[in-house]
Amino acid sequence: MIRDITLGQYYQADSVIHKLDPRVKLTATLAFIISLFVVQSWIGYVVAAVFLAVVIKLSKVPFGYMVKGMKAIVFILLITVVFNLFLTPGEPLVTLWKLTITKEGARIAGMMAIRLSFLIIGSSVMTLTTTPNSLTDGMEKLMRPLKLFKVPVHEVAMMMSIALRFIPILLEETDKIMKAQIARGADFESGNLIKKAKAMVPLLVPLFISAFRRANDLAMAMEARCYRGGENRTKMKPLQYKARDRIAYGVLAAYFAGCVLIRIYL
Amino acid sequence: MSLILDHVNYIYGGDTALAVHALKDVNLVIPDGQFIGLIGHTGSGKSTLVQHLNGLIKPTSGSIYYNGEDIHAEDYDKKKLRSKVGLVFQYPEHQLFEIDVFKDVCFGPKNLGLSKQETELRAYAALKQVGIEDDYFYQSPFDLSGGQKRRVAIAGVLAMKPEILILDEPTAGLDPKGRDEILDQIAKLKEETGITVILVSHSMEDVAKYVERIIVMNRGSVLYDDVPREVFQHYKELEQVGLAAPQVTYIMQALAARGIPVRTDVTTIEEARQEILRRYV
Repeated sequence: MIRDITLGQYYQADSVIHKLDPRVKLTATLAFIISLFVVQSWIGYVVAAVFLAVVIKLSKVPFGYMVKGMKAIVFILLITVVFNLFLTPGEPLVTLWKLTITKEGARIAGMMAIRLSFLIIGSSVMTLTTTPNSLTDGMEKLMRPLKLFKVPVHEVAMMMSIALRFIPILLEETDKIMKAQIARGADFESGNLIKKAKAMVPLLVPLFISAFRRANDLAMAMEARCYRGGENRTKMKPLQYKARDRIAYGVLAAYFAGCVLIRIYL
Repeated sequence: MSLILDHVNYIYGGDTALAVHALKDVNLVIPDGQFIGLIGHTGSGKSTLVQHLNGLIKPTSGSIYYNGEDIHAEDYDKKKLRSKVGLVFQYPEHQLFEIDVFKDVCFGPKNLGLSKQETELRAYAALKQVGIEDDYFYQSPFDLSGGQKRRVAIAGVLAMKPEILILDEPTAGLDPKGRDEILDQIAKLKEETGITVILVSHSMEDVAKYVERIIVMNRGSVLYDDVPREVFQHYKELEQVGLAAPQVTYIMQALAARGIPVRTDVTTIEEARQEILRRYV
């Protein structure tokens, strides 16, 4: 049930994408997201789709895994599509009772749906192929210039990595507590909204307590190993660009340039 | 009145590369009133097995019958099954959530739709059964000690008056005193009410003293299913699957190996003592 949320979960496989430097993958994800907003024509989305498809194919992660992450945003997606579909003024296409679908509305709704789903799938590719550890390593390195403005880069990166690391643990914990309460006759499925919300109490209270307990334990364990922030801290495996990373940057630049050209000329 | 498992198979992570065959063709009959020890190494499938018994997990193939009815039939009332087959999870104290001990124990019976009076009577009786004093009833469950929390959590399941009580590693993480207290209370409860008890553990030592039947799990299959003295005769095979027989078994085997004619199938220290005394006095 809840285990179906894959956002922030790593999928073990031996692929080129897995081996890429996390900085490349972070930059690529960011560039991909921006490119989705740069292109505004169907051809552009076809290019983005092809790019995404190739990356997914290379990553060796089953496509089903990526789509699973989409389940979480189906609701948001639906609302966006419906609102855009019916509330965009323009040339009427179909009229259903008092609601009118306009040509512009259909266009914007379609693009929004594509944008949102590509956005989620694109970021899932990154989290599915990068361990939380290397992800934060990459983030720390990329954000290093911000240190000049007194941004606690290392601390932010550490918090992110811990948060990511806790997602699967807390999901598992939720599953366990849920089962334990079901065994005591709890009912999480039937009833109206208020009843359902109330039924969540026996799940949420133990979950919060366990999250706090885990956080406490972790803080203690880190302190016991003399962790004191990023100052003078060295890495066991410092990040280094390799040939494949340079090639990846090249491919990325070509893709991005392509998107910009499509925006300008098509 | 019994629980029957018929060719039960369970596979985790169905069609992914990470699929794990957690249960392989498990066939068991659990008659009324038995005290059973379910033993297995970590990852042997014992926790998966017990979650099948109250319908929390649906077997990939095979069927489970309670009192002759298939528990996964369309019209079967799972809620009722869960009140009859009480499952106490590992570290059950992690599921406490109410503002006081008494309310927490009331949660189970309340979910069964019982009257307020009946609910409170059951909660009171359950707390007494696990040896929690009245003074603690209106304290926050989070202020209790580890052993007390666990007993409150067990009371939470007992209050539903199950006919089969399953305890998954009820002594994990407790000190020897807390462990003996819990096990003694479970044994006492079993004697007084005559319910079926299934004790899941990885320690033979823990269960040998109490149970009348031991089911040994290994890699998802049932390896042995017999009375304790028979199971312990396989102490060498048990070691191979990461388990061990009680220490008295080793002592008696060592004595016998030195040519001292003692019985080797004793299961408790008391029995061993009498056997050795019989030989020398």
